[in-house]
Amino acid sequence: MIGLGAVYVLAGAVFAAIAAMSLCDRSNPKRWVNGSFWGLFAISFLLGDRLGNFGNGILVLTMVVIVGVRGLGLGQPATTSEDQRRVMAREFGNKLFLAALTIPGITLLGSFALKTIIIGGEPLFDPGQTTLVSFALSAIVAVLIARIAFRQKVIAALQEGRRLMDLIGWAALLPQMLAALGAVFALAGVGDAVGGLAAQAIPMDSRFAAVAAYTVGMALFTAIMGNAFAAFPVMTAGIGLPLIVMKFGGNPAIMSAIGMLSGFCGTLTTPMAANFNLVPAALLGLEDRYAVIKAQIPTAIAVLLINTVLMYALVFRF
Amino acid sequence: MLPLLGVAVVVLGFAARVNPLLVVMSAAIVSGLAGGLDLVGVLSAFGKAFNENRYISVVWLILPAIGALERAGLQQRVRDLVAGLRAMTIFRLLTLYFLIRQGGAALGLASLGGPATLVRPLVAPMAEATAEARLGPLPKHVCERIRAQVAATDNVAVFFGEDIFVAIGSILLIKGVLEQNGIIVEPLQLSVWAIPTAVAAFAIHATRLFLFDRQLSRQASAATEKDRA
Repeated sequence: MIGLGAVYVLAGAVFAAIAAMSLCDRSNPKRWVNGSFWGLFAISFLLGDRLGNFGNGILVLTMVVIVGVRGLGLGQPATTSEDQRRVMAREFGNKLFLAALTIPGITLLGSFALKTIIIGGEPLFDPGQTTLVSFALSAIVAVLIARIAFRQKVIAALQEGRRLMDLIGWAALLPQMLAALGAVFALAGVGDAVGGLAAQAIPMDSRFAAVAAYTVGMALFTAIMGNAFAAFPVMTAGIGLPLIVMKFGGNPAIMSAIGMLSGFCGTLTTPMAANFNLVPAALLGLEDRYAVIKAQIPTAIAVLLINTVLMYALVFRF
Repeated sequence: MLPLLGVAVVVLGFAARVNPLLVVMSAAIVSGLAGGLDLVGVLSAFGKAFNENRYISVVWLILPAIGALERAGLQQRVRDLVAGLRAMTIFRLLTLYFLIRQGGAALGLASLGGPATLVRPLVAPMAEATAEARLGPLPKHVCERIRAQVAATDNVAVFFGEDIFVAIGSILLIKGVLEQNGIIVEPLQLSVWAIPTAVAAFAIHATRLFLFDRQLSRQASAATEKDRA
């Protein structure tokens, strides 16, 4: 059955290629640093399941130390000039645009269609992973389209991939690191400690105070953890259910729906939600790492205020 | 209370702009040690979770494809496409994009877009070309603000659209948490109550985009007048 395993092998191969090309890039004074960083990422994808938990821990620690001590360099693979690109843009026209849209197109189609392929009574693709498998397929197809329709060699595609990976740099590892941090936090009891603190700190003898404590608490706790999923069970058990539902008779469905969305307001404001907030800044080449967060904060605060009012207006009425 | 030391490490580390990988690793170690694990235990727990969450980093698989299309002139083509649309403004472009992304997320298509597949190769160059067509060549800091605003619009649209879809992770999490506490709700009951916030988020962000657009135009005309004088 083709599932996550195959996707990881492909990712491992791509990162191994990026590592090898980094090592060969004499224009980058830190080519050994980049080569070993992306090489370790490749090992994680290819051999992660065989390294054991402690082995994986050492692998991550090594990657972090490499970045922390030396810092990654910026590879500058040869590419097409702005003028060449303008000429090709005119030559290929809207085919370029369509090629870019095949990526979401194939991901969408594949996530439904791959489930239906059954060979010998067994599904060919892991039904739980069809979105990621289709996404990987779309990446392959787009590289092939670039090869056939736009004459871009596969090795050139990998070099461009290296350029973009170097542009993102350490931020590429951060979302996965934060997910791991969440697991360690859960193991160490951080969530319960924060929840206990929140429940103690706020006197909630009015309906509005209880609602505001829950929505603002969700946003703050989410900002700390980087993820509303970590905050929701704790805040709901600590403030939402005992006060809004039990004491004041609020509707649990409305409370939870708007509570979760209040958590999302927190997600918009925090570097802990790296994949939404820091990675785009790196990918777009922004100088200010926090530029995206700064653009989001006014919306986040306004939506949080409206959520609080909405919950107060709706939760005791339905 | 000791495990909260890990949270303190995170807050201080990010505030001091220490490399985030170092911050996260130190926070995990501090938190784990304070929570009663030994160093080997912390590293093992961290390594296990890191390995289990590799699917998060699969998104980078798309970069060679995006890079190859950019090498063949994708961004330039996208710019030409938009520069031909005289009636296009930043406000109209990003509001339209907001509606497409929010609507898509509400139908369960949140994972189709994102910074690597839509924002960098398509929408960011569209937004810059739109602004250039109206305001002339843009200084670097204006380009940065426009790009950041595109990424922000993408996030806000998806965050406040995806919960309208009944099978999204957060709706299923809510259902599970409430069930543990003896309250049975249907996913549809939850997703319906995500709609008021979705509408509010659109109104708020569209207003901000309108003001952003107007501010850019004013700054540009002020700069032109300064040049003349």
